[in-house]
Amino acid sequence: MIGREPLLRADGVTKEFFGVTALSNVDFELAAGEIHALVGENGAGKSTLIKILTGAYRRDRGRIALEGESIDPADVMDAQKLGIGTVYQEVNLLPNLTVAENLFLGREPKRFGLTSPREANRRSREILSQYGLDIDVTAVLATYSVAVRQIVAIARAVDLSGKVLILDEPTASLDAAEVSRLFSILEDLKARGLGIVFITHFFDQVYRIADRVTILRNGQKVATRPIAGLERIELVSMMLGRELQEQEAHGAEPVDYSKKPVVASFEGVGKRGRIAPFDLTMHAGEVVGVAGLLGSGRTETAELMFGIAQPDEGRIAVDGRPASFSSPREAIHHGFGFCPEDRKLDGIVDDLSVRENVILALQARRGWAKPLSRKEQEEIADRYIAALDIRTSDREKPIKFLSGGNQQKVILARWLATDPRLLILDEPTRGIDVGAHAEIIRLIGELRERGMSLLVISSELEELVAYATRVRVLADRRHTGELEAGAITPDTIMRAIAAGEDETPGDRGGKGRAAEILAEGAA
Amino acid sequence: MTSSRLFPLATTFVIFLIAYGLCIAEFPNMLSTRVVGNLLTDNAFLGIAAVGMTFVILSGGIDLSIGSVIAFTGVFLAVAMGDWGVPPVLALVIVLALTTAFGALMGAMIHYLAMPPFIVTLAGMFFARGMAFLISIDSVPITADLYDTLQGLYYRMPGGGRLTFIGVAMLAVVLLGIVLAHFTSFGRNVYAIGGNRQSAELMGVPIARTTILIYALSSFLAGLAGIAFSLYTSAGYSLAAVGVELDAIAAVVIGGTLLTGGSGYVAGTLLGILIMGLIQTYIVFDGTLSSWWTKIVIGLLLFSFIALQRGLVWLSARRRGAAMPA
Ligand SMILES: Nc1ncnc2c1ncn2[C@@H]1O[C@H](COP(=O)(O)OP(=O)(O)OP(=O)(O)O)[C@@H](O)[C@H]1O
Ligand SMILES: [Mg+2]
Repeated sequence: MIGREPLLRADGVTKEFFGVTALSNVDFELAAGEIHALVGENGAGKSTLIKILTGAYRRDRGRIALEGESIDPADVMDAQKLGIGTVYQEVNLLPNLTVAENLFLGREPKRFGLTSPREANRRSREILSQYGLDIDVTAVLATYSVAVRQIVAIARAVDLSGKVLILDEPTASLDAAEVSRLFSILEDLKARGLGIVFITHFFDQVYRIADRVTILRNGQKVATRPIAGLERIELVSMMLGRELQEQEAHGAEPVDYSKKPVVASFEGVGKRGRIAPFDLTMHAGEVVGVAGLLGSGRTETAELMFGIAQPDEGRIAVDGRPASFSSPREAIHHGFGFCPEDRKLDGIVDDLSVRENVILALQARRGWAKPLSRKEQEEIADRYIAALDIRTSDREKPIKFLSGGNQQKVILARWLATDPRLLILDEPTRGIDVGAHAEIIRLIGELRERGMSLLVISSELEELVAYATRVRVLADRRHTGELEAGAITPDTIMRAIAAGEDETPGDRGGKGRAAEILAEGAA
Repeated sequence: MTSSRLFPLATTFVIFLIAYGLCIAEFPNMLSTRVVGNLLTDNAFLGIAAVGMTFVILSGGIDLSIGSVIAFTGVFLAVAMGDWGVPPVLALVIVLALTTAFGALMGAMIHYLAMPPFIVTLAGMFFARGMAFLISIDSVPITADLYDTLQGLYYRMPGGGRLTFIGVAMLAVVLLGIVLAHFTSFGRNVYAIGGNRQSAELMGVPIARTTILIYALSSFLAGLAGIAFSLYTSAGYSLAAVGVELDAIAAVVIGGTLLTGGSGYVAGTLLGILIMGLIQTYIVFDGTLSSWWTKIVIGLLLFSFIALQRGLVWLSARRRGAAMPA
C-alpha cells in the first residue's frame, strides 16, 4: 500500500462543539483491502471522526479525499452514493418499519417505477442468511432483540458499501458466534478490496481482525500502527496516555454463605415462555455472575427479579418476608436497583443534564416530596463523575452531547447513587473503554465488600471471573448450572454454557451452537 | 408484527361494518346505492384533504392550514373565472400551483427553521384565510361551462345511486395515496421520518426534501379538495370549510394512524371518512336528532381510538420485552 494513494484520506480534520474541541487536526488514512481499527477512550472523538467522514457532521477544518478525489459529503445519503456504508454507534434503525424495509430504505428495489416489497423481502432473506439469521423479514423491527437489530444494521451497511465500510462498535451486543460470522464476512469484503474502519473497545477483536490501528486521545491522533508487532500494553498506554495497572487476574475468594445474611430469595420463580422457574438466594456481600448466550434468559431473569415482568409462579421473599413486585417502583422501594442493558432505550433522558440524569433514581426513591438540595445533587454528581471518570465539560451539560460510552457511565452512576442493597447490572461494561472498564470492575468488588448484594449479567467471561463469587449459567431460557468461587474460569464457564445448550434439544439448534461456542473458545 | 400493524386498520373496518349494520337494522333504506353515492359525494372534499393529512401525520407532523387553503381555493377560482376572466382550466392549474408552492414553503420553514409544524401551519391557516378574505368577502357563485360539465358527469349505479365525478375523484386520490405510501421511496421516507427522525437521517433519508414534499403534497391535495368543494357548492366563500383540518385529523386517527407518526394506512383514512359520513347520514335519516350528535359520536370514537392505540403501544412494548434476549 505504500506509495499508492489511500482509499480514504482525511487531513487536518477539526471539529468543535460549542467551544469544546472534539477533534483537532486529525489525519487518517484507510487503504483498500485493509481493516483499520480505531480505538480510544470514551469521548476521544472516534464517533465524531466517522460522522465527519460520512457527512453526518460538517467539519470545521480539514480535507477528505476518496481515491484521491476531494469529497465533501453534505449528508449521509451523499456518502452512501460515494460507496461509504456506515453503522453508527447509536443508530437502531427504524423500529416501525419491517426488517426488509430497513435493509432497503433509500434504495428500494423497483419494478415499473414502483417499489417491489416482494423483491425486497426476497433479497433481505438472502442477505440475512449470510449472517445465519432466519427471521420473518416482513415483521416490524420493533419485535426483534437488540442483537438482531444490530445484525440488520450491519447487513444494511455492508450491502451499501461499495468501497468503504465503517462500523462504530458493531459487536457490542453480539455473542461470540455472531461475532465470528461478522468477522468472516469482513474478511470476504476485505479480500474484495473494500476498506473497513472498525471501532471497538474489545482489544481481542482488534488483534484478531485488524491490519492497522489508529489511536485517538482527547480529540488528537496519537499514532497509526500496524497491528503486527504492536504490544498490547503499548497500545493501551498510547490510548490512555498512561500505564494501565495490571488487573489482578485471580478471582474472588470463596464466600461462606452461612455467615452472610440473605437479602432476597426467589423460589421457583418463572414466567411461561420467557424463563423457566428458578431458585436463587441473594446474600449480602456476594456477586452472582450470570452467564449465557443471547436469548438464554439472562435479561428475563433480571426483569422478574426487579418487577419489570411479573412471574406467574414462585415465591419471592425480601429479608425473610414474602414480597411481590407489581412494578419496578416497588422493587426500588425494597432497596433494589437495576441498570438495564439497552440504556439508550430505557435509561437516558436526552435533554436533562448529567447531574439530573445521575440523581433521577435516587430522587424517585426518596419521593418527590423530599427533593435533594441543589448542593447535594451537585456533590453526588461530582462524586460519580470522578469515580467513573465521566468525560464531560461540566455536570450541567445535556447528556445527549456526551459520547456513547460516557452516557452509559452516567446511567450506571444513577443506580450506584441509590446505594441499593441488591443491585442488578446488565452488561455494565458494554461500550466502555479499558481504563473505565478496570475502574468498574474494581468498583463492583468494593461494593461487594461493603455488603451490597450484586447480580451481574455479562457476556465477558474474563470479567465475570474477576468479580463473581459464583456464576449462574443459563441456556435456552433455563438456569442450567452454577459454578462456585474457585471453579470459575473462562473455560469452565464456556463449558457449562455449552453443556446447557447441548441438553436442550431446542429449536435453536443447541448442539450446533454449543459446538460453535467451544470452537470459538479454542480459537 | 405485521398483524399488529394491521390491527388498528382491521378494527376500523370492523367498526365500519358494525356501524353500517346497525344503521341498516334501524333504517333498511340505508342499504342502497343512493346512500353510498351520497356518502362519497358529500365527503369527497374532506376525503381528498384527509389523504394529504395522512401523510403529514405519518411523518409525525400536523397541518392546520388545509381548511383555509380549501376556502382560498374556492374564492380564488370563483373570482378568477368570474371577475378576472381567467379560462377555467388555467384557473385550476394556477390555484393548484399556488397551493402546492404554499405547502412547500411551509415545509421548508418547518425544516430549515426547525419550527414545530403546529406553529408553522397555524400561521399558514391564518395567512390562507386572510388571503381568501383579501380576494373577496362574499360568497361568489361560480358559473363556468366546465363546472356544469363536471357536475353533470356521473355514473348511475344499479338502484339509482349516483357515483359523481368528485366522488370518483376522491376514490382515485385514495388509491393514488395508497400507491404513494406503500410503493414509492417517498412513502418509505415518510414512514421513516415518522418513526425516528434522527435514525432516518443517519440512514440517508433526505429529510429536507421529504419534509418539503410532504407539506407540498398536503397543500396540493387541499387545493384539489378546494376544487372538489367548489364543484360541490358551485361557489367560493372565504368563510367556508372552517375546521375541516380537524375533521381530517379525526378521520385519520379513526382510520388507525398513530398521531405520533410512523404507523398507519391511507386506506384507513378512507374508512375513517366513511364512518364519520355514516354517522351524519344516520342522523339525517333519524330526523329528530340534532346534528350535534355527529360531533358527540365522533368525539367518543376518537376517545376510544386513542385509548385503543395506547393499548396497542403498551401491548407491543410488552411483546417486545418478551422478544428481548438475555
Ligand atoms: N452533538 C454533540 N454536541 C456536543 N458535543 C458533542 C457532540 N457529539 C460529541 N460531542 C463531544 O465530543 C467528544 C467526542 O465524542 P465522541 O462521541 O466522538 O467520542 P467517542 O470516541 O465515540 O466515545 P465513545 O467510546 O464513548 O463512543 C465528547 O467530548 C463529546 O462530549
Ligand atoms: Mg462513540
